Amino acid sequence: MEGNIAILGYGLSAIGPGVGIGLIFAAYINGVARQPEARGVLQGIAILGFALAEALAIFGLVLAFVFK
Amino acid sequence: MSLNVLGAISLAAEGGEGEGFHAPTPAEFYQPLIGHGDFAITRPMVVLAISVALIAWFLVATTKRAAVVPGKGQWVTENAYNFVRNGVARDIIGSHDFLKFVPLLFSMFMLILVNNLFGIIPPIQYPTMSRIGFPIALTLLVFVIYHAVGIKKNGAWGHIKHMIPPGLPKGIYVLIIPLELLTYFVTRPLTLALRLFGNMFAGHMLLLLFITGGEYMLIHGGLGLKVAGVGSFGMAFVLTAFEGLIEFLQAYIFTLLAATYIAGSLADEH
Repeated sequence: MEGNIAILGYGLSAIGPGVGIGLIFAAYINGVARQPEARGVLQGIAILGFALAEALAIFGLVLAFVFK
Repeated sequence: MSLNVLGAISLAAEGGEGEGFHAPTPAEFYQPLIGHGDFAITRPMVVLAISVALIAWFLVATTKRAAVVPGKGQWVTENAYNFVRNGVARDIIGSHDFLKFVPLLFSMFMLILVNNLFGIIPPIQYPTMSRIGFPIALTLLVFVIYHAVGIKKNGAWGHIKHMIPPGLPKGIYVLIIPLELLTYFVTRPLTLALRLFGNMFAGHMLLLLFITGGEYMLIHGGLGLKVAGVGSFGMAFVLTAFEGLIEFLQAYIFTLLAATYIAGSLADEH
């Protein structure tokens, strides 16, 4: 079996952002459920938080291909 | 590799001739059409040129004879413009000086959206932004602009001072100044470019894997593998739809973050 062990590093780096993105959207759903009229405001904030949390996973993906 | 031939099919054919299945690699994304090496006209370049021509044609055609009761094309253009103008620019930058940045944000949004959607539109099927050079160019634009508007508003020294949140105890400055400078000059542009690139690259790679893998299992595999090949194609369909969502989301996020950075440079105080 052959492959690149850096991909395992990507798997590890995806754990944190995965949990983080889950928490962000859980909070977003909670907020909308409690106060449906705040959806517009919350959506922007949720997407922004999602983008920032996702950055770490993207770093992991890129570095997995950079370090051969 | 010709423009209208699906990269996936010729790749799978090459894989079929060998001793087994070759998983797609990042090298698959380098597809020169004319020339090779540092100076070559590549497939993403052509796709980008097509997208620019297409956007220009569409926007001009739908707004040249603008009617009070909009037709279908005008409706699409108006909604896209409204989305960026009100949903992104006005909400983030604020109603005082957002109008200046609407042309930039709107053209950036349209360019990224169309180029991303080209990743799943059949005759083209190549997301331009999966080559790192294109997101870097867009990010460089955003980087220069958000520093330029900050310097124009506060002066060069004021702009630097503006990055540091006021009202902190003196001792913590040792820690906060390097961190804030790192955020403004390294992390922001790096993540902005890499996010777009990484999403497009990984998504396209996933589609490539499922489609070439499904083709290989269906044609060259035994009975059990043929069943798995059908499943693989099914996954490819589902993921294509999912990619459409991601592609729209990434165009939105890029525009949103660009607006956020500009707003951060323009803000009066923290």
